[in-house]
Amino acid sequence: MNIRIDGVEYPATKDRNLLETCLGLGLNLPYFCWHPAMGSVGACRQCAVLQYPDEEAEQAGRGKLVMACMTPVSDGARFSLETAQARRFRQGIIESLMINHPHDCPVCAEGGECHLQDMTVMVGHRDRRYRGRKRTFRNQYLGPLVHHEMNRCITCYRCTRFYRDYAGGTDLAAQGCHDHIFFGRHEDGVLESEFAGNLVEVCPTGVFTDKHLVHDYTRKWDLQSAPSVCAGCAVGCNTLPGERYGRLKRVHNRFNAEINGYFLCDRGRFGATWVNDERRLDYPGLRGEDGRYNAIDHHGALQRIVSSVERGAVAAVGSPRASVEANFLLRLLAGPARFCPGFSAVEQPLVGEALALLRASRATVPDIATMETADAILVLGEDVSNTAPRIALALRQGVRNRAYAMAAGLKLQDWQDAAIRNLAQDQRCPLFIAATAATRLDPVAARSLRLATPEIARLGLRVADALAGDNSNDYSHDNSHDNPDDHSVHREAAAIADGLRDAKRLLVVSGTGSGDIAVMQAAARVAEAFRDTGREAMLSLVVPEANSLGQALLCEGNGSPDLDALAASAEAGEIDTLLVLENDLYRRAATDQVDRLLANCQRVIALDQLDNPTTSASHLAVPAASVIESEGTLVSLEGRAQRCFPVFPPHAERHPAWVWLLATLKELGREAVSDWHHFDDVTRGCAAAIPALAGIAAAAPDHRFRNHGVRVPRQPPRYSGRTAMRANVSVHEPKQPEDEESPLAFSMEGLNRDQPAALLSYVWAPGWNSNQGLHRFQADVGGPLKGGPAGIRLLRANGGATPLPRHATAAFAVEADEVLLVPRYRIFGSEALSAISPGIRELVRPACIELCAADAERLGLADGDGVQVGDNAAALPLRIDDAMAPGCAGYTAGYRETAGLAPNTRQRLRRVAHFSPPGPTVIGSDRGGRHG
Amino acid sequence: MLKSALSQLQTIWTILQHSFTRSETVQYPEQKPYLAPRYRGRIVLTNDPDGEERCVACNLCAVACPVDCIALQQGVKEDGRWYPEFFRINFSRCILCGMCEEACPTNAIQLTPDFEMCEYDRQNMVYEKEHLQIDGTGKYHDYNFYRVAGLAIAGKDKGAARNEAEPVDVRSLLP
Repeated sequence: MNIRIDGVEYPATKDRNLLETCLGLGLNLPYFCWHPAMGSVGACRQCAVLQYPDEEAEQAGRGKLVMACMTPVSDGARFSLETAQARRFRQGIIESLMINHPHDCPVCAEGGECHLQDMTVMVGHRDRRYRGRKRTFRNQYLGPLVHHEMNRCITCYRCTRFYRDYAGGTDLAAQGCHDHIFFGRHEDGVLESEFAGNLVEVCPTGVFTDKHLVHDYTRKWDLQSAPSVCAGCAVGCNTLPGERYGRLKRVHNRFNAEINGYFLCDRGRFGATWVNDERRLDYPGLRGEDGRYNAIDHHGALQRIVSSVERGAVAAVGSPRASVEANFLLRLLAGPARFCPGFSAVEQPLVGEALALLRASRATVPDIATMETADAILVLGEDVSNTAPRIALALRQGVRNRAYAMAAGLKLQDWQDAAIRNLAQDQRCPLFIAATAATRLDPVAARSLRLATPEIARLGLRVADALAGDNSNDYSHDNSHDNPDDHSVHREAAAIADGLRDAKRLLVVSGTGSGDIAVMQAAARVAEAFRDTGREAMLSLVVPEANSLGQALLCEGNGSPDLDALAASAEAGEIDTLLVLENDLYRRAATDQVDRLLANCQRVIALDQLDNPTTSASHLAVPAASVIESEGTLVSLEGRAQRCFPVFPPHAERHPAWVWLLATLKELGREAVSDWHHFDDVTRGCAAAIPALAGIAAAAPDHRFRNHGVRVPRQPPRYSGRTAMRANVSVHEPKQPEDEESPLAFSMEGLNRDQPAALLSYVWAPGWNSNQGLHRFQADVGGPLKGGPAGIRLLRANGGATPLPRHATAAFAVEADEVLLVPRYRIFGSEALSAISPGIRELVRPACIELCAADAERLGLADGDGVQVGDNAAALPLRIDDAMAPGCAGYTAGYRETAGLAPNTRQRLRRVAHFSPPGPTVIGSDRGGRHG
Repeated sequence: MLKSALSQLQTIWTILQHSFTRSETVQYPEQKPYLAPRYRGRIVLTNDPDGEERCVACNLCAVACPVDCIALQQGVKEDGRWYPEFFRINFSRCILCGMCEEACPTNAIQLTPDFEMCEYDRQNMVYEKEHLQIDGTGKYHDYNFYRVAGLAIAGKDKGAARNEAEPVDVRSLLP
């Protein structure tokens, strides 16, 4: 079908609105309230165009003003953007919006990437005619992440539409009336939603800005950026970190239609600035007799690594947060049998099982965008809001599919946001949650169950049976039929199966967060049973870290030792040199256990970014570049290999881990690496050696790729200060650093257009300085990028060739003086590196033990008591939380204090006398460590 | 032939005329020519009428600079003002075009009639903030950015800037 705009015929897609059609055609039409992910409400009146009923009216110039965002296109429709009437109207709107806008641009963190600036320039409004007084507001304190400057508001309502309608937050709202509309909280306080940071990008002007950036500001045109991948969790959201003067200034969302879309969680957005931390290692440090470290140069460090490796038996600990390539090289160095993947002993089988289930299941392994298409969701034992927050945001969209289905019945288009919300009210697709405690998704869930971990597994198995119409299986031990809880699990399972009756696309979410293999297996069984009824099932298993799945793929099936096995062989004196890659072992096992392991090795070489207890216990600490400063491939929880590129060259002697390890292998004269010179050689070598990782070389174009004959620039076209920024050191300007490992350039030369999506280094188009200009990079407005999808899927379902395991699980009964330890994750704190980023650091709360009031009373404990778990040395404060499942004691997972605790074990809690609760501790702050 | 001879004569005549005009050349450096206040020479950073630093580190001068010889980093003072933590001009690159002065929204950066900036060592042409900052308002005496901006700073609350109304009471529903 075709439409006519200003007398020109354009192709159009039926049922899309005129605004997105115009933007897709490359026409400049200003707008504020419309957002590609949130649809239209027609609130701001900025996208007005003239619509003509027929040709005669068009020639006479007689039409009516319509809002493009609320107007569906239809075949033969006639519009005018350029007619004086429409232009005058749009100018009038901007002029009214600007009446109260403060004279703030020079001191506003949005300036230079402000949608309001762009739109004002676009309509040509220049001179202020209004001479009255400007309305003002007082700002609110909204926490350490988001800065509030309410005077700048233009009342487009995007913030509340995102915060409340899209992300399910409750503590930000429009208040007041007439021109006193105020967007904020009922009182000062930290924004509760874990997606609050998106307000920075959603707000078309500078009301909500990145607080860290406001205090160390650089304009967008001065930020050097490169495509990167968030290392905060296993989802693998695409990011655009921005750097200036060697410091990471901020992280923006990098659009990926299949994963994060337009939004990031706050851990991802604000959790990467730890790379600026003063505890970063700059030079290799060699520990002397007195326990102090002396800086040596990289030649010296390399010689010492090589001589240590040559002198005796070597073992290595990799890291699930380091890149596939670095881990692969380390594995090559130590040998597969002496390479420990670096998971905790508890986590290793869990991640292995997650991978095995994803392979064995015939259900689809969905990306985030596919998750949003589910019309029924079952979450088993995984607190996704804290372990993989972006999935939680997707689940919130998934439950809205009921609303879209109702809208389709009334022939309402999907973008009619307000109409659809009014229509559906509280009707949602069924979301069932079984967890050991309350989750943030409970308010949108049809049913939220608080169960002990084994009960969650049993619930899952029973749901699977009920779906299969089979009630004969008994997964519990014989005596469990006497257990009244068992009947309730049975009843709940039947209710869930009943709730899934009308569903066509079921999404089952589980993962390693429950700490129990049986829960993941039960989840896989539910997906399988649902699929067997001829409907579509999706199975998503959350793994802990950015490259957990890549590490599992690397070590799949060759019996890599876990940390306990490594400790045992160290005990037996079989390890002379232990290499540790980007891994603080004190977070993986109990302190005394790690102490023994490190003491039993003659030499410990730690390759890491930050000073932590493991580097402080090492004999040689080698500085590694962070994920922001080095190239690497990370495999996300859906099995997508994604490449990240260095945003800026690392300082001093920080080199990417793969550089250190490749140099070591070359010094050792290893035949396999003799022809490897580039990062791409390592990637290809890894792809060739590990069949499961064969796809990783295709995750992004290699370093020889050129975009229309030139590189892709990291710096925007108006990057300033090049002849002055280093002039304090020397007035003789050095050549721009050359990037020999990627097709990107550390300069503004090149072409940031038409490139493959994996190489999108910033979003800018003429007239579109803000991130709203993204549509110029999309093949279809709101849809995938012109360069195709970024990353490559490594996992392909094997069509059920491997039967799913079918284990019985004992029913859980509350014991008189024992509790079941269950892990509780936190978005801020459970991930070690993000927790030391400024801002997030203020939101990290100390680790604790959580019990429901009844259990606390039964055990004679009170809120605020110090408790010891079993023989674990650390005393933790007790918090009474009635949202905990009875009989379960939640411990804050991912903290050093709780590293020795084993999930789903029965433990006694001992009250500690004279306990003083810890203040808000700064994670990883013990500078100097044990030997300092 | 005749044409060329005439041309030669005309040239000689013109040159001869110059013997009777006043010389524009002066004996610089002993004799200094007059330079108007708006002459584009060495760049300075000025203070506002209250004696506070005018520069708010907005980066517009840096982006306007055609030779990219200005680099700075923003910081926020205790009182809420934005200021440059460092401000560097590489005068060995500067072409004294004055684009920075035109771009400056606070009248902080100004060009002065001083152009005598010879150095034996090129490194000495790199001026930091302490070399650029003067204790005065320069050519523009009255402008104070924070009196018109919406940003609140110590001593100037919300609603206290020029043409601003008192802050709204959000809890009131009165019309």
